Amino acid sequence: MLAALGFRLGQMVLVMFGISVVAFLIFFATPGADPSARIAGRNASQETLAQVRHDFGLDRPLPVQYGLMMDRLFVSRDLTSFVNRGQLVVPTVASAIPVTLSLVGGAAVLWVLGGLVVGVIAGATRGTFIDRALMILSLVGVSVPVFWLGEVANLLTQSRWHDTWLFSWVPPLGYIALTEDPWGWFKALIIPWITLATLYVGLYGRVLRASLIEMMQEDFIRTARAKGIGERRVLLHHGLRTSLVAFVTMFGLDFGALVGGGALLTEVVFGLQGVGKLTYEALQTLDLPMILATVIYAAFFVVLANFVVDIAFAIIDPRARDVR
Amino acid sequence: MSAEAPLLVVKDLSVSFCGDEGLVRAVGGVSFSVERREIVGVVGESGSGKSQTLLAIMGLINSPNAIVSGSIRFMGQELVGLNRRALDAIRGRQIAMIFQDPMSALTPVHTIGNQIGEQVRAHEKASARAARARAVQLLDAVGIANPGRVVDAYPHQLSGGMRQRAVIAMALSCNPALLVADEPTTALDVTVQAQILDLIGRLRDEFGSAVILVTHDLGVVAEVADRVLVMYGGRFVEEGGKTSVFRAPLHPYTWGLFGSIPPIDGARPARLAAIPGAPPSLSNLPKGCAFGPRCAYRHEACLTLPPPMEGNEHRAACVLPEARRREINIRTTAGVEMRS
Repeated sequence: MLAALGFRLGQMVLVMFGISVVAFLIFFATPGADPSARIAGRNASQETLAQVRHDFGLDRPLPVQYGLMMDRLFVSRDLTSFVNRGQLVVPTVASAIPVTLSLVGGAAVLWVLGGLVVGVIAGATRGTFIDRALMILSLVGVSVPVFWLGEVANLLTQSRWHDTWLFSWVPPLGYIALTEDPWGWFKALIIPWITLATLYVGLYGRVLRASLIEMMQEDFIRTARAKGIGERRVLLHHGLRTSLVAFVTMFGLDFGALVGGGALLTEVVFGLQGVGKLTYEALQTLDLPMILATVIYAAFFVVLANFVVDIAFAIIDPRARDVR
Repeated sequence: MSAEAPLLVVKDLSVSFCGDEGLVRAVGGVSFSVERREIVGVVGESGSGKSQTLLAIMGLINSPNAIVSGSIRFMGQELVGLNRRALDAIRGRQIAMIFQDPMSALTPVHTIGNQIGEQVRAHEKASARAARARAVQLLDAVGIANPGRVVDAYPHQLSGGMRQRAVIAMALSCNPALLVADEPTTALDVTVQAQILDLIGRLRDEFGSAVILVTHDLGVVAEVADRVLVMYGGRFVEEGGKTSVFRAPLHPYTWGLFGSIPPIDGARPARLAAIPGAPPSLSNLPKGCAFGPRCAYRHEACLTLPPPMEGNEHRAACVLPEARRREINIRTTAGVEMRS
């Protein structure tokens, strides 16, 4: 088991290395994407370009450039933005991480609970009115664009109904640090959480229902029923437990992608300075060091999420333990 | 037969499914009874309704398209239409089932010990520790060599024979009065088959259970059963003591079954006798005797109504007079010795 863990960790490091190389090459060595021209501005003279190239170390061989970049990103952490001169990249990303983690973490709690409730109830009442109503609701949830839902939520809670008893507690848009004011943190994030979770509750509820219904046709469910344990226990202890595999796989991938910047739209709509928003702004100005930092950060979370999913697999499915 | 009331009395049990082709009658009004400590073998080919009969007894037919009618009385209690709570108090405890395919009959994510313990704790007040100890004891009783290790194993870590033993151990966990086994040896190697049959035979002696053993293997029946029921097209066509049925079968279908077994000694036949034709489609059963279209001895009377079971201890559903059938049987099966 330990050896397997070590092996997976080694794999993770290799994948991370590969991603950093690819990201670096895309942004710094793609023909036509000369970073010095970006930095020097339009119509810069050859002398200025050469000066910029030298200043930023862009006239040196690629492997050296890569090494320098990684050194400044991970070791000395003094990589600066090309656009806002003097803005340090690493602390900027680091300050955005808690915002994104708070947003995605809270939403994840909501969507896992919501998905489980919707999936299990719909699966257990298959074919009835309750099942159909839940499935239609989740289809609506899956179909509603998150930016639209967010804007509507803002319109209602920040403007139209803000002065009524219903939404007077909602703070202005923006992030409040958990360490400063936990209650404020919760109030500021609850609406973004619900907005972000809506899509995933629908998605996870539907997937879980399908998986549960499939599992309930299996022979071992018949064995469980023949034991004389109640239907609730058959459903939860045998049906749901075996259905969780698909659920956990999806969760790991979605969570990793969202923490890695996929919650961009929600962040923009609610004015949260998270990693997604940071990436978005860096892309608009083609701020290469910033893009590189956020891409590597995102990759790290996706890889980490996969790693955690693998461990979770071994916990929920004993068959996965012996396969390695 | 004992003087006390039979353990299980099934009367006119029917199982039908509403499908695309209309109503399909998988079991068409069967009646039989099982005495305490009796091993009853039910034989028939695939699709003859054997498994559905067992599932109906267990209350495991819960497709919304299924209709179960008739009466199943177990120790005086009616099982057809019983509510889930009362049913759960009986199954697993008084009636337990052994399933056909040990590979898929156990939940893959729980240990063997947990799955056995779950059943014990559903019916008895027992601590987790006591349930586990009980599981180890049961696994030992079904002949698993190292029960202390197997109790913590997951199903995928065990061989088919081991899993089937685990399923049997689970079925035995509450000392059921009736054990229903649906082709318990079909998926297993021949050597393991013999061990499992031996085990089922021992159950009656050690646990005092009655057993209904469904199989399509006449050899299995010869091995362990006291009484034999032959099923065809959703109905019983012959019923009687094992020796009587094996020595002098009374129904043309049973003759066909015996005829398709290769003889152990004597000249090897060039071809085994096969019953001509195919089993009837359950959605389109013939009006008369279900075996009629394949029977070499059919005549007018076979085509109108299904014949009733006739006889006393050894009964068969055939319109031919019994004396005539005995005569034909002696002629056609001359030389085929009983195997048991």
